[in-house]
Amino acid sequence: MASARGRGITAGAYSGGDVARAVADAHRSDWAFVLAATVRVTADIDLAEECVQDAYVAAMDAWQRTGVPARPGAWLTTTARRRAIDALRRENTLRRKLPLLVVREGDDMSDDDRDAIPDDRLRLVFTCCHPALAREAQVALTLRLVCGLSTAEIAAAFLVTEATMAARVTRAKRKIAGARIAYRVPEARELPDRLDAVLTVIHLVFTTGHAAPSGARMVRADLVDRALWLTRMLRGLMPDEPEVRGLLALLVLTDARRETRSGEDGRLLLLEEQDRGRWDRDAIAEGKDLVLGALRGGRPGRFALQAAIAAVHADAPSYAETSWAEIRGLYDALLRVWPSPVVALNRSVAVAMTDGPAAALAEMDALEAGGALRGYRYLPAARADMLRRLGEYRSAEIAYGQALELCENDAERAFLAGRIAEMRAAGNDPAG
Amino acid sequence: MGQYLILIYEDEAGYDNATPELMNEVMEAHGRFAEQVAELGAKLEGGKALQPVQTATTIRSDVVTDGPFVETKEALGGYYLIEAKDLDQALEVAKLCPARFGGVEVRPIMTFE
Repeated sequence: MASARGRGITAGAYSGGDVARAVADAHRSDWAFVLAATVRVTADIDLAEECVQDAYVAAMDAWQRTGVPARPGAWLTTTARRRAIDALRRENTLRRKLPLLVVREGDDMSDDDRDAIPDDRLRLVFTCCHPALAREAQVALTLRLVCGLSTAEIAAAFLVTEATMAARVTRAKRKIAGARIAYRVPEARELPDRLDAVLTVIHLVFTTGHAAPSGARMVRADLVDRALWLTRMLRGLMPDEPEVRGLLALLVLTDARRETRSGEDGRLLLLEEQDRGRWDRDAIAEGKDLVLGALRGGRPGRFALQAAIAAVHADAPSYAETSWAEIRGLYDALLRVWPSPVVALNRSVAVAMTDGPAAALAEMDALEAGGALRGYRYLPAARADMLRRLGEYRSAEIAYGQALELCENDAERAFLAGRIAEMRAAGNDPAG
Repeated sequence: MGQYLILIYEDEAGYDNATPELMNEVMEAHGRFAEQVAELGAKLEGGKALQPVQTATTIRSDVVTDGPFVETKEALGGYYLIEAKDLDQALEVAKLCPARFGGVEVRPIMTFE
């Protein structure tokens, strides 16, 4: 303890490094629990956040003197709630900036016994993802309140200024309080839709992080970890929900391809091009196991089905040797529960593998005629690919050009430009 | 408990050539709505249909003009004032509000401490 003494801390003090690490760990794993438990006391999100923040700061100091407690989460929760109660006693109406959250009558707002603190994390999650909030607000609020990310961190992850993100978060909190969005877990009949919204938010966090170009700021890669953490937390709180299992399977199976998702130029690699030897086989095993669980017991939802598709890909030794008929069947099922044009497009890519590029092209042309995918660059890109395979080089060149016009990503633009050059060359070559 | 205003926006063209059957249906739907509000445990505190948007007059900076404040495809056609536990209940009620040629906006009433 010589170094501790050297810093003038009393005898019996604990290593500053260990304490800092413990606080950081507790921040990562317990923030949601502590905040949710404190909101129960304050019914005011801003005040709760302040008290929780203060509790973590207090921990840095207190744990140096007394050591890291056996249950850091419980210590932080009790400390934050105590501060909240004190603040409420001192409070006058002038201090309050936002109206209070609606917490239903019958909810116990008193200082619970330390060992009987209820787990309110589900309430927090469902409130953050309420359909009355815009999607980007749901995402920001979930990262802020459930994960404890700072406004600056969230702003950096979504490539906006801190001021923009702060305004987004404030507006969302105002909406919750002003429109009286209740702080509760939805009832059974509302649950499927509400849960779908939560899973969509988490999936969006994941894809934002997963699609980040390699070498992007660390905080974007962190989003992948946060999404996985959120899903595992949700699974712990709702162990019987197959769609939660489905989302976890989807994330785990997609993340298994992390090492191969982008090439050296930063371009996202197609499934076709990825080196399957570098896929994480342990993650794939976990994912497949989860998929089985998610598909069990009746009508699988869209996350379970997407995960099943990812599992079939994960099992295939190569793109060509994939069970495309099975994938096409899964897409059929997915379209029934999720009639999205993007899903229809992805299905048509599978059709190309089972029925040939001409059949797939016909479906893509129908999608284009429908107009729902206007501005979506993957439609002309997919059409171009089919035309290329059919030897229609001039038409393929035009379609690649349409995709290029819609594309802002430098590496992808380079890829498309390369294809265009190939098509020109092939078109000019009399040998075909 | 809080009060919410349900604003009904509809494309008036839907009512342009309205048959008596259609108008009857709409009247009955609004009558049923009042019952459904009570069944859901919320309270209906008021509501009126508005005359068509052509009858509107707007005043801005003391200048009087013919027409609505904002020209929109769907015009404000009526409102209901309800009292509900929270937004979820208000939305449950609002989903039942007849608005076949458009939709509704749900706005919480401002309270002053």
